[in-house]
Amino acid sequence: MIVSVRSAVCVLGRFPALAGADLDIAVGEIVLLSGPNGAGKTTLLRMLAGLVPIRSGTASVLGSNLVADRRSHRRRLSFIGHDTFCYDDLTVAENLRFAARAAHASRDAASNAAEQFGLGPLAGIAHAKLSAGQRRRLALAVAFAREPELLLLDEPHAGLDAEGRDLLDNLLRSAPRLGQTVLVASHELDRTRTIATREVRVVQGLLEGGLVGSGSTAARSDSEAAAIS
Amino acid sequence: MMQLLRDARLVCAKDLRIEIRARIVIAQVLPFGALVLILFAFTLDADSSVLPTIAPGLFWITVLLSSILAVGRSMAIETDNGARDGLRLSAMDGGSIFLGKVGAVVAELLVLEVLLLSGTFALYDIAARGWLALIATSLAATIGIAATGAVYGALAAGAKVRETLVPLLVLPVCAPVLLGATKAFESALHGRSGEAWPWIQLLGVFAALYLTAGFVAYEALLEEA
Repeated sequence: MIVSVRSAVCVLGRFPALAGADLDIAVGEIVLLSGPNGAGKTTLLRMLAGLVPIRSGTASVLGSNLVADRRSHRRRLSFIGHDTFCYDDLTVAENLRFAARAAHASRDAASNAAEQFGLGPLAGIAHAKLSAGQRRRLALAVAFAREPELLLLDEPHAGLDAEGRDLLDNLLRSAPRLGQTVLVASHELDRTRTIATREVRVVQGLLEGGLVGSGSTAARSDSEAAAIS
Repeated sequence: MMQLLRDARLVCAKDLRIEIRARIVIAQVLPFGALVLILFAFTLDADSSVLPTIAPGLFWITVLLSSILAVGRSMAIETDNGARDGLRLSAMDGGSIFLGKVGAVVAELLVLEVLLLSGTFALYDIAARGWLALIATSLAATIGIAATGAVYGALAAGAKVRETLVPLLVLPVCAPVLLGATKAFESALHGRSGEAWPWIQLLGVFAALYLTAGFVAYEALLEEA
């Protein structure tokens, strides 16, 4: 399992955002996290990225025990939250180059990601001057430029135009072929269910269907997934 | 070790590139420093013989106050768009991020000091002497100030009142730098460079202390911010 979480509790302030979450994800899966606002989806993603500490329970991501070490696995994953993690005064190309080099990714990773997300024409534009949709594309490109094994995506379709959404969906579909695993939180259920191999529902800090065989919702069958990829 | 230095250079180059684009140091910090020097001259009477005597102290107070702005700016660029989380998610060691950020602030402050020192010589009617001691003092003091600022800037980064907290933390801690740099400058400018070196050594020890502490602790500070 690339992700294995048992009875994980995360507290934000005094509020238990995760109240005993259980989750298993195998390599190459595309897992959809669904659930209402405030259910704990973002906290779960941030916890798996090592950005939020675990109060109790256990969590292993990419072989790292997050209770003991929240850092060492980070270079092997990408997390997209509500922020872009980019610098306003740097251009698109400079932000991508910085992110790729900081993640010790390959030499061509930044330019490949720019090409994948159609950011070539915007390469010399500063982040501050981009539209919201263009910023979202850049954030996604930064995530892919890191050449991650695990993609943790929080509402990745938000702000993207139709072309950008299709582009992202295609990249996510091909992720397992490249050895990547995807956990995506989304309110765009119809769209994301066509990509996901499994759906996990988050309700009040608890996960329904987090463990395989525990009543998880199959977003689509394995054969369908294989056919698409 | 080579990776650590490469990462530090990456962070330093990123911060300097942002500074060159935003021009905060040149457009805001430098005018602020120049204004402080001019106000000192007005307050203490430009014709007075006191001014050249206390010029080293006034210069370093100005540098210290200006450095607070530069340090604040260095921290602020990691606040927008969740960039700090981006740094945390990178593969870079906290120590290398610290060295990179200190390097950028040192470069900015050294440029500032050259310009302010030229102004000080002109405004306060001082003859420049003891260049080697002046340069060594500036280097050691600037590294000390930048390292201290980076440590306490990261410490205060998570606080809502960080803009006011950083000066409260940094200014008292930098008192030895202010004293040492002033004494070293006094000795050098009065043609007694030999007397400057013990103070420069003190500045070197201070800088080494905070560089080491920051290098070791920055990872934890970044995580807790």
